[in-house]
Amino acid sequence: MAKSFAYETYPYRRSPDQDARNPTHHPVVVVGGGLVGLAFAVDMALHGVPVVVLDDNNQVSTGSRSICVAKRSLEIFDRLGIGERCVEKGITWNKGKVLRGDTLLYDFDLQPDPGHKRPAFINLQQYYVESYLVDRFNGLGVGEARWLNKVTSVLHHDDHVALTIETPDGPYTITCDWLIAADGVKSAVRHALDLPFVGETFNDHFLITDVVMQSDMPTERRFWFDPSFHGGGSALLHKQPDNVWRIDLQLGPQADREEEMKEENILPRLHAMLGEDAKFTIDWGSLYTFQCRRLEKFRHDRVLFAGDAAHTVSPFGARGGNGGIQDIDNLAWKLVAVLDGSAPVSLLDSYDAERIPAADENIMNSTRATDFMAPKNATMVLFREAVLDMAEHHPFARAFVNSGRLSVPDVYEQSPLSTPSDMQGQGVLPPGSPAIDAPVTVDGRDTWLLDHFGGHFCLLDMSGDDTGHEDLGMHVFKIGRDFQDTQGMAEQRYGGGLYLMRPDQHVAARFDGFDADAIRAARRKALGET
Amino acid sequence: MAKLKTTPNLTRPDDLYQALIDAQEPLSPADAERFRARLILLLANQVGDDEVVMEAITSASKGMESTDGA
Repeated sequence: MAKSFAYETYPYRRSPDQDARNPTHHPVVVVGGGLVGLAFAVDMALHGVPVVVLDDNNQVSTGSRSICVAKRSLEIFDRLGIGERCVEKGITWNKGKVLRGDTLLYDFDLQPDPGHKRPAFINLQQYYVESYLVDRFNGLGVGEARWLNKVTSVLHHDDHVALTIETPDGPYTITCDWLIAADGVKSAVRHALDLPFVGETFNDHFLITDVVMQSDMPTERRFWFDPSFHGGGSALLHKQPDNVWRIDLQLGPQADREEEMKEENILPRLHAMLGEDAKFTIDWGSLYTFQCRRLEKFRHDRVLFAGDAAHTVSPFGARGGNGGIQDIDNLAWKLVAVLDGSAPVSLLDSYDAERIPAADENIMNSTRATDFMAPKNATMVLFREAVLDMAEHHPFARAFVNSGRLSVPDVYEQSPLSTPSDMQGQGVLPPGSPAIDAPVTVDGRDTWLLDHFGGHFCLLDMSGDDTGHEDLGMHVFKIGRDFQDTQGMAEQRYGGGLYLMRPDQHVAARFDGFDADAIRAARRKALGET
Repeated sequence: MAKLKTTPNLTRPDDLYQALIDAQEPLSPADAERFRARLILLLANQVGDDEVVMEAITSASKGMESTDGA
């Protein structure tokens, strides 16, 4: 457990389900009250769907774990109602340095172009994000989280799923229509259903440590290849709130877990890096190896896997936590539509169609970064050293240096829910893309485009024509009428026209001009109707 | 010495890098060297500018020690 964080213990409460003579039935049960499970539960609660969250623990994440929260995740968190808290507490960063030995190869600036509500990245410990999600979920009062409820068996029937749950009061059974498995990389649900987790395990051990340290070092990401303070491996340093610094050291394939985790062995490594006189305390630590693996399918009839339970990557690139957040952003509205009867059950197959390619992209990027850091053969060493030889003086070589390709939202290019666009061109967002933010004015107030859609289908009308809209049964957000594009950035980013936006703020379709029938057809398609 | 381009000039550097690694993966060390020599010659011809290729040769040689015993 991180020492710098004041953990709250969430109470175990006996549920009436435990006294029921027959198993109680719930529409939706989530296994895992971590980052992904809680985000999903909040999303469902916002749609008025009560879910039961089962967690075998009663506290948030033991370590800081996925600290880099990407812009797209913050936008999703805005929709879920915790974005502001995250950004207030988190450390906004956009600069980084890449070094080889003690020589600076280059620095970079992720400085996003202006006109976005959220920055490219913040750093925030996972326990904070999870605690905000718990607060939000409890505050909404729709659904319940059951702490110290450990799932011990999963029986998948044609028309329901049955769960046996172990508690401090002994076991009980419930049933549900839909089971969301968000129970992490060691997913008990995945094991219970005996599903293969396919991919690659890497041999190198990495020591991850958080230290609390007063320091005026800048809040940049620093990455070293073969630094003099740590022979033969890579090193990473990154700042988090509360004066906590993340340190990641590559230890190689031979590391002895028990030995390396001893404080007497960690301290010399940290002093070599931070200075012999550096004053710090170790807040949390872990020794790990990478895996890049995924389930062959994320939907197994009534069981849907999300986050690390469905796919896992190395941490370089911040694609684990951010990928999981995008999973639930994709899944929640679809399950809501199936539950309320506005979409066929087959809509859930589009979760696989959209999120498996996204997982593959994350796995590919993560694998490449890991291969660059820990080359597996002579060719990889040869090319990596050549790239590093040239990177200091030749900017072109820096493009090949890979210390992690940072998470960017996936464009669902091959989505079965998308309607092909009328027009392709400059500034036109293709179907499947996540919406791009822009500063807009509503009722004379400065606000952000993304604050005005999400959660439901919406028509973003930037066609500028005056035709009255027929009642489409959805929110219409019209330029000139509902908002002013005072800085011209919405026009620049969307290129005019009409956009049908999905509840997850991805583009379902784009039209040059208003056509009620075409818009209705695109909406039906986005709901999986054939 | 100003014709050689050293600023980023590729749209998908990660994919290209991976393709270079993958192409050599099944090769013996000797065949991998032959592969690289062929690739250099192909690319030099594609560049089609002797002066640029000469500059690239000079640039790639930088910082290397001669091992011919001289």
